[in-house]
Amino acid sequence: MHALLWMIPAFPLASAAILAFFGKRISHRAAAFIGTASIGLSALVAIFMAAGFLRSTPDSHAWVQTLWTWMGVGDFRPEIAFYYDPVALIMTLVITFVGFLIHLYSVEYMRGDEGFSRFFAYMNLFVAAMLILVLANNLLVLYVGWEGVGLCSFLLLGVWYKDPANVRAANKAFLVTRIGDTAFAIGLFLLATHLGTLDIQELMRRATAQWPAGSGIAIAAAALLLGGAVGKSAQLPLQTWLPDAMAGPTPTSALIHAATMVTAGVYLIARTNVLFTLAPPVQFAVALIGGATMLMAAFSAIAQHDIKRVLAYSTMSQIGYMFMALGLGAWSAALFHFMTHAFFKALLFLAAGVVIQAMHHEQDMFRMGGLRFELPLAFWSFIIGGSALAGLPLITAGFFSKDLILWQAWAGPNGNGGFWIAGLLGAMLTSFYTYRLILLVFYGPEEREVSHRPGFCVIIPLVTLCALSIVGGYVDTPPDFGGAPIFSDFLGSVLPALKQFHVGPITELSTALCASASFAIGFGFAYILYAPWRPRTRREDPLLRLWHAGWGVDWLYDRLFVMPFQFLVHRTGSDVIDAIYTGIAKLADSAARALRVTQNGRVRWYATGIAAGFVVLFGIAIFVR
Amino acid sequence: MLYLAVSLFALGLIGLLTRRNLIFTLMCIEVMLNASGLAFVAGSYRWGRPDGQIMFLFILAMAAAEVSVGLALFLQFHRRAPELDSDSASRMRG
Repeated sequence: MHALLWMIPAFPLASAAILAFFGKRISHRAAAFIGTASIGLSALVAIFMAAGFLRSTPDSHAWVQTLWTWMGVGDFRPEIAFYYDPVALIMTLVITFVGFLIHLYSVEYMRGDEGFSRFFAYMNLFVAAMLILVLANNLLVLYVGWEGVGLCSFLLLGVWYKDPANVRAANKAFLVTRIGDTAFAIGLFLLATHLGTLDIQELMRRATAQWPAGSGIAIAAAALLLGGAVGKSAQLPLQTWLPDAMAGPTPTSALIHAATMVTAGVYLIARTNVLFTLAPPVQFAVALIGGATMLMAAFSAIAQHDIKRVLAYSTMSQIGYMFMALGLGAWSAALFHFMTHAFFKALLFLAAGVVIQAMHHEQDMFRMGGLRFELPLAFWSFIIGGSALAGLPLITAGFFSKDLILWQAWAGPNGNGGFWIAGLLGAMLTSFYTYRLILLVFYGPEEREVSHRPGFCVIIPLVTLCALSIVGGYVDTPPDFGGAPIFSDFLGSVLPALKQFHVGPITELSTALCASASFAIGFGFAYILYAPWRPRTRREDPLLRLWHAGWGVDWLYDRLFVMPFQFLVHRTGSDVIDAIYTGIAKLADSAARALRVTQNGRVRWYATGIAAGFVVLFGIAIFVR
Repeated sequence: MLYLAVSLFALGLIGLLTRRNLIFTLMCIEVMLNASGLAFVAGSYRWGRPDGQIMFLFILAMAAAEVSVGLALFLQFHRRAPELDSDSASRMRG
């Protein structure tokens, strides 16, 4: 069975190659078919594999397929190998399934676009790279996928490259994530030189054996890996690229900048959890970064006008929850939230795409309104996806996953009351900005007429994701609500199990009740401030403006890094070393000008030149010798 | 004999550099070639070896070829320009 493992990433990769080489020669219909069917096939294989894995789980809880040895340098022999365990199983299922739905959606969303087959080629390449990332048995192969998804993110942001704003966003996303990637690469060098291997399982074994907990080297390695994760997952302090990344096509935002790629950092930390357990300060830093990003992004989301930017900040905030869970040692809670988040955030983005298309590519929420009768599908998608995001108690997936994180924020190995309160505050803000969005877009007076209604290819993904956003949570319910922790148990073979480490006044039930209360408070505030009958005026307020600009981090980085750099560039533009090289060029130029005079076209001049040259050479030969 | 060869060569060179008519140019080149041929023959006579004479045969063949090509070029050139002035060829830029 596990011999088929390579096929999961191979289908999208092959399709990407076909579309890249023959994309111009085949029709849009064929390109759409190839692009979508390859992901569909890959999803089928993934389901097949998952079924087989569940039916006959091997004793080691993992299947390993070694394809070939990549290179052999002394003892360092990284292999191209895939590793399939419960974590990889969940990741592949989510990626292929959500990826398939988003591809299907893009068939309609991108219809008639100039770069149609190019778009599908990039999307397929992205899915292939992401699958390689999650299936890699080896940090080096993982890094290939890691860079691959970064590249595809860059390419997909630049699909509409004729608009300079998109190109700027693509460059920014690429450069900012590059900072993290560099840290990650240095981390890999450190691990490879100190432990002699990059095979993840072997690495974890050797790390536990050789490095005492809290040793400097373990802290350095974990911190460098964290740097990579922070860049890719848009956490503090490298979060600035994600809001700008909304310049890309909406399906791209849904697939890459919400459901899959940005959670690669979460996956990386969960995968190397042993290393982070060996470095408690770094693990605590993960929790702090997650918590801070979660709150900061939630405040920013409150002040946004652009529908996609609200969702972008909300994505940052939700990944902040995942990081917080990772930092608190609630590994499986983070992955659970990853899964439900992939469903409801993809749903929200796709529904936002429907709204944007219907509004002639208008993205300002204050210019929308009253769409609930015009676009009932998008409305219900937003209600379901938004409620899942906000954590509507008991019926939505988001409630269960967030509740697990909140409970672990108190009860987990590193939990304390501060994280618990921060989490609840975040939940309240989430509920507020979600319903603010829904009230602004779907209620109130109708602002303009609808130009485009969703077709078949859009309805299927939306309905499927709606269903998943509701039932996705029932795979792991807390003891007080049925109590079936299937998901955590399933991951228990790979990740340390969730236990109650802190017994105290806060219990599972009270957490759930407080989460429900913060949901209700957020909803109530949103309803009071943005009620349908209220006039829709943008509030101008220094604080709101600060939040709107994402706490001014962009401004700060501009001052701190970009402007000094440009100043240096400007100053060193004409320094001494440069002058030497320009001087050489100028000399050659003027010499050419001078010598050009001798090319006058008169034969006798040339003959004179030859004769004179001969005399000079002859003289040198006779007298100088 | 070498002095004769050198003076002939100098005559040819001066003629080449001073005369503008292409026919004269060609004739001057012939004179220079023959001067060098004479030098070869003189050397061959001095050392009693045949190499110089063989070399003169080569020069002769080359001179014949050169004259034929040169004359053909001059014919073509004459169709474009009224007189055979070598400096007027400087108008052929390209």
